Amino acid sequence: MYQFSGRLKTLSLALIVLGFVGMAFSFYNSSQLSLEDAKHAIEAANSDAHGGTHGEVASPHAAEASHDTHVVKTDKQAHAAMIHASEDHDTSHGDEHATHVLHQLQNRPWSAFYVALFFSLGLTLLVLTFYAIQRVAQVGWSVVILRVMEAITANLLPVSIIMIVVLAASVMHINHLFPWMAEGVFDPESDKYDAIIDGKSMWMNSTGFMLRSIAYLVIWNAYRFLIRKGSIKEDTSNDGNKTYKKNYNMSVIFLFLFMITESMMSWDWIMGLDPHWFSTLFGWYVLATLLVSALTVIAFVTIYLRSKNALPGINDSHIHDLAKFMFGFSVFWTYLWFSQFMLIWYADIPEETTYFVARFTEYKLPFLGMVVMNFVFPILLLINSDFKSKPWFVFIGGAVILMGHYVDVFVMIMPSTVGAQWSFGIPELSAIFFFVGLFIYTTFSAFAKANPITKGNPFLKESEHFHYYNIEHTGEGSGDHH
Amino acid sequence: MESSKVIHAFYTDDEVLLDAVKTVKAAHHHIEEVFCPFPVHGLDKAMGLAPTRLAITAFMYGITGLGFAIWMTNYMMIDNWPQDIGGKPSFSWVENMPAFVPIMFELTVFFAAHLMVITFYMRSRIWPFKDAENPDPRTTDDHFLMEIPVHNNEAELTSLLSETGAVEINVVDKH
Repeated sequence: MYQFSGRLKTLSLALIVLGFVGMAFSFYNSSQLSLEDAKHAIEAANSDAHGGTHGEVASPHAAEASHDTHVVKTDKQAHAAMIHASEDHDTSHGDEHATHVLHQLQNRPWSAFYVALFFSLGLTLLVLTFYAIQRVAQVGWSVVILRVMEAITANLLPVSIIMIVVLAASVMHINHLFPWMAEGVFDPESDKYDAIIDGKSMWMNSTGFMLRSIAYLVIWNAYRFLIRKGSIKEDTSNDGNKTYKKNYNMSVIFLFLFMITESMMSWDWIMGLDPHWFSTLFGWYVLATLLVSALTVIAFVTIYLRSKNALPGINDSHIHDLAKFMFGFSVFWTYLWFSQFMLIWYADIPEETTYFVARFTEYKLPFLGMVVMNFVFPILLLINSDFKSKPWFVFIGGAVILMGHYVDVFVMIMPSTVGAQWSFGIPELSAIFFFVGLFIYTTFSAFAKANPITKGNPFLKESEHFHYYNIEHTGEGSGDHH
Repeated sequence: MESSKVIHAFYTDDEVLLDAVKTVKAAHHHIEEVFCPFPVHGLDKAMGLAPTRLAITAFMYGITGLGFAIWMTNYMMIDNWPQDIGGKPSFSWVENMPAFVPIMFELTVFFAAHLMVITFYMRSRIWPFKDAENPDPRTTDDHFLMEIPVHNNEAELTSLLSETGAVEINVVDKH
């Protein structure tokens, strides 16, 4: 049996505390923000224009901007011109803009927390799904790491509870992540009335939103609870695979429900941040992001536990297979990322292109940088068959993939919640620390609670003897080749 | 002629065959060829064959296909008959590149796949109307055949092979 070492436990608790303190500090800071701070932020953005990319574009127009506000400009320049103009003629309009920026600044700790929360919840959910796929497909090779996946899914319950709290806070107007929840959006009398959102009120209403969110989380957690119980029962049941078949049936039902709830979850929790915009393959795109991350996390935990000799029966071929999945789904992610982009770019319909305009102007570096991290890097590093079985290479490739997909989720959420006021600092890091700490704590304490191998699984032998013909296992001659 | 004599050993299971190949190699005999009804993973390694260079040719064919796609899209859509793509009449290949990505992808795959298959056929000396080289039709059904050249060691080889689980051992003159 594996023992959750004191050092790792201390590390995880330290990360949770550090993250908690950092988040508390960020929330306190944002509660102290005033309109003045927002105006400072606007001026800072004007003078510095976020890095070099805008500076170059800005210079030729800088002189004209004061007397010709109709020149085609990037978003930020338009803001700048608007503020300059309003400072001279119309102070109330400047205040309105500053209020908007203030809301974005106040949204930042919430968004930072939400990005890490969604990423943590999503990848845990996809580990659970990948696990269900192993059961439904009756996969042979992965049986020795089934308990690793099970342990990771222990993270699902705490993050689900936090998710419910955050979403409830949104519905109760404690935070302003979802623009459609603002007062007056559905009220034709109000000056904030939004006919487009009102047209979607069948879907976008607080009651439905909350009920759906709870339903998704309950379904996922119920499966996780039942399958964990069934899986442990399988170890000792010895009932001619009756428990095994029951677990199989449960997993089939879960996968069916998952495919529906995952798409709906991505519309509610991510696409709802941009209520005017929609993309029909968004659910798939989110799925690909989370699936790659989930596989990387499985590989990481597997490599770590293997290095502690806690996983009997594991060999290089298992690592090789995980790395193949990481490689394959990185390409799959790129395919979906590009498909979504190309169709919107091709059709060039203003209500669709807004999504990419925001990302190409204010988020150019993370938006394009993540394509390099999530596509080019894994391709170069993991295409070689020999590299895929070397824990070191898988670790380096996986670290870049995880960072890249964090950035991916960041770029999905931040442009709609904080707009140009994004940066990467204490709130973002604290949120990551908190969820990494929580992940380590839940995963390894769950792994220590059960037998590291699913002894009752009928395919256990196949997994133990698994040897991909094209690679040599370390510490073995080529003699035992089957 | 002694040197053109070969032993044909038949097997009915790929695992048994793989073990037999290892045993024969361990006894330092040269294996001329193994005929299989389906690919056996790890057989090339066990026989001590050099790794295939087919992957390298596939990469080069892929690059060729990519290059061809870039040239073709540029010639068709930009040069020869300039087209307004998606309401963006920029008439520049780079600015319209996203529209050409599927074509570039498809032609890369098309070139790599087809030329690799043709290369494989050529390298294996298989072309239309060629007579089959396999010595026994059963190797296209459910038997594996190992061919070992005989150099005055017929008895030794026969006893070695019969220990490896061969279901039939024939000594034949190769023409």
